[in-house]
Amino acid sequence: MIEAAEGSAILFPIWQEIVVGAVAFGLLCFVLMKFVFPLMEKTFEARVDAIEGGIERAERAQEEANQTLEEYRRKLATAQEEAAAIRDEARADAVAAKEEILVSAREEANRIIAAGHSQIEASRQQLVRELRGEVGNLAVDLAGKIIGQRLAGDADTTATVDQFLAQIADETAETSGAR
Amino acid sequence: MTDSAMVLAEGDSHFPPGIDSFNFADWFSGLSDTALTHMFTTITFGVWASVAVLIVFFLWAYRKPQIVPSKKQWLAESAYGFIRNTVAIDLMGKKTGVRFAPYLATLFLFILVMNFWAIVPGIQVSPNSHIAFPLMLGVLSWVIYMFIGIKQHGFVKFMKITCVPPGAPWFIYPLLVPIEFLQNIILRPVTLALRLFANMFAGHLILLVFILGGFELLNSGNLLIQGLSVFSFAMGIGMTFFELIVIALQAYVFTLLTGMYIQGSLADEH
Repeated sequence: MIEAAEGSAILFPIWQEIVVGAVAFGLLCFVLMKFVFPLMEKTFEARVDAIEGGIERAERAQEEANQTLEEYRRKLATAQEEAAAIRDEARADAVAAKEEILVSAREEANRIIAAGHSQIEASRQQLVRELRGEVGNLAVDLAGKIIGQRLAGDADTTATVDQFLAQIADETAETSGAR
Repeated sequence: MTDSAMVLAEGDSHFPPGIDSFNFADWFSGLSDTALTHMFTTITFGVWASVAVLIVFFLWAYRKPQIVPSKKQWLAESAYGFIRNTVAIDLMGKKTGVRFAPYLATLFLFILVMNFWAIVPGIQVSPNSHIAFPLMLGVLSWVIYMFIGIKQHGFVKFMKITCVPPGAPWFIYPLLVPIEFLQNIILRPVTLALRLFANMFAGHLILLVFILGGFELLNSGNLLIQGLSVFSFAMGIGMTFFELIVIALQAYVFTLLTGMYIQGSLADEH
C-alpha cells in the first residue's frame, strides 16, 4: 500500500490500523474504566475512611485517658487534703487532751492541798481543845501542889511556880510555831 | 517470523534503513489483496498484545481489592494513582479530576505499553511509529475536549473562549483570532499525534541505524572495520535505554496535554 519511494507516505494513516487501534483502545477503555478504576476510587475512599476513623478512635482514646488522669489527680488531691485534715484534727485532739489532763491534775492538786490545809486546821483545833483541857488539869494540879507545899515551905513553892510557867511558855511557843 | 527478524537476517541489503523498514507484511499472505490487509501484522499484534497485557494485569491485580493492598494491587493502584493525582487532580481539582482520571489513566497506560514495544527484543517497533494510532488518539482527545467545551458553555461561547483571548487591543483581533482558532481547534490533535508518532518513528530508526549498522560493519570482511561494530552495538544498547526515557516521557506528555485541553474546555477563562 505504501510506496517506499514516497517519503510523505508515512504521514498517511492506514485505515485498517485506525480500525484496529480504535477497537482495541475502545475495549481497553471499556474494561478499565468500567471494572477497574471505579473500584480503585472506592478502595481509596474506604482507605481514607479507615484512616480517618482510626484517627478519630485514637483521639477518643486519648481524651478518655486524659479524663482518667484528671480524675485520678483530683482524687489524689482530695485524699491528700483529707489526710492533712485528719492530721490537724489529731493534733488538736492531742492538745485538748493535754489541756484537760493538766487542768484536772491542777484541780486534783488544789483539792489535795485544800484537804491538807483543812486537816491541819482540824488537828490544830483538836490540839488547842486538848491543850485547853490539859492546861485546866495542869492548873488544878499546880494549885493542888502549891497548896500542899505551902504547908511544907515557901522556897519549894517558888520553884514550882517557876517550873510551871516555863512549861506553859514552852507549850505556847510550840503552838504558835505550828501555826 | 517477524519482519524485523527478516531485516536482520538479510542484513546489508536493508542498510541504511528507510521508511520501508516500517512496512510490515501481512501474517496471512492470503489477506494481502483484500480489505483485511494490515489487520494482522507485527504492528497490530503489538496493539492487541498491549491491550491484552493491560486488561489481564488490571483484572488480575484488582480482583479482590483490600484496604491494605497486596503488592500487585499496590502496583495497579500506583499506575492509576500516578495519573489521577499528578495529572487529573492537579489540573482540574479533586472533583472534576476524579471524573476524568479513568480516561486519562487508560490513555497513558495504552500509550506507555504501546511505546514499550519499541525496546522489546524481537519486536523492537512501537505501533505508535505508524501514524494511524497516534492520530486516532489525538482525534479522540480532540473530540473529547470539543464535546466537553460545547456541553459546558454552548458552541458560540466555547468558540469565543477558545479563540478570542481577552485583554488584547481590538485591532489585533483580526490577526489573533485566526491564529488562536488554528492553534486550539485545528492543530492540537495534529501536534499531539505528530509528537508521539515522530518520537517513536525516530526511536525505531535510530535503533535500526545502530543495530543494522553493526551488522553492516561485521559483514565488511575487513577485520578492523568488523571490530568497530562493537561500538555500533554498544550505541544500540545505549539508545535502547534512552528510548526507555522517551517511551515514558511521550506517554506522559500526551496524557498531560489531553488533560490540559480538557481543563481548558471546562474553565471559564481563556
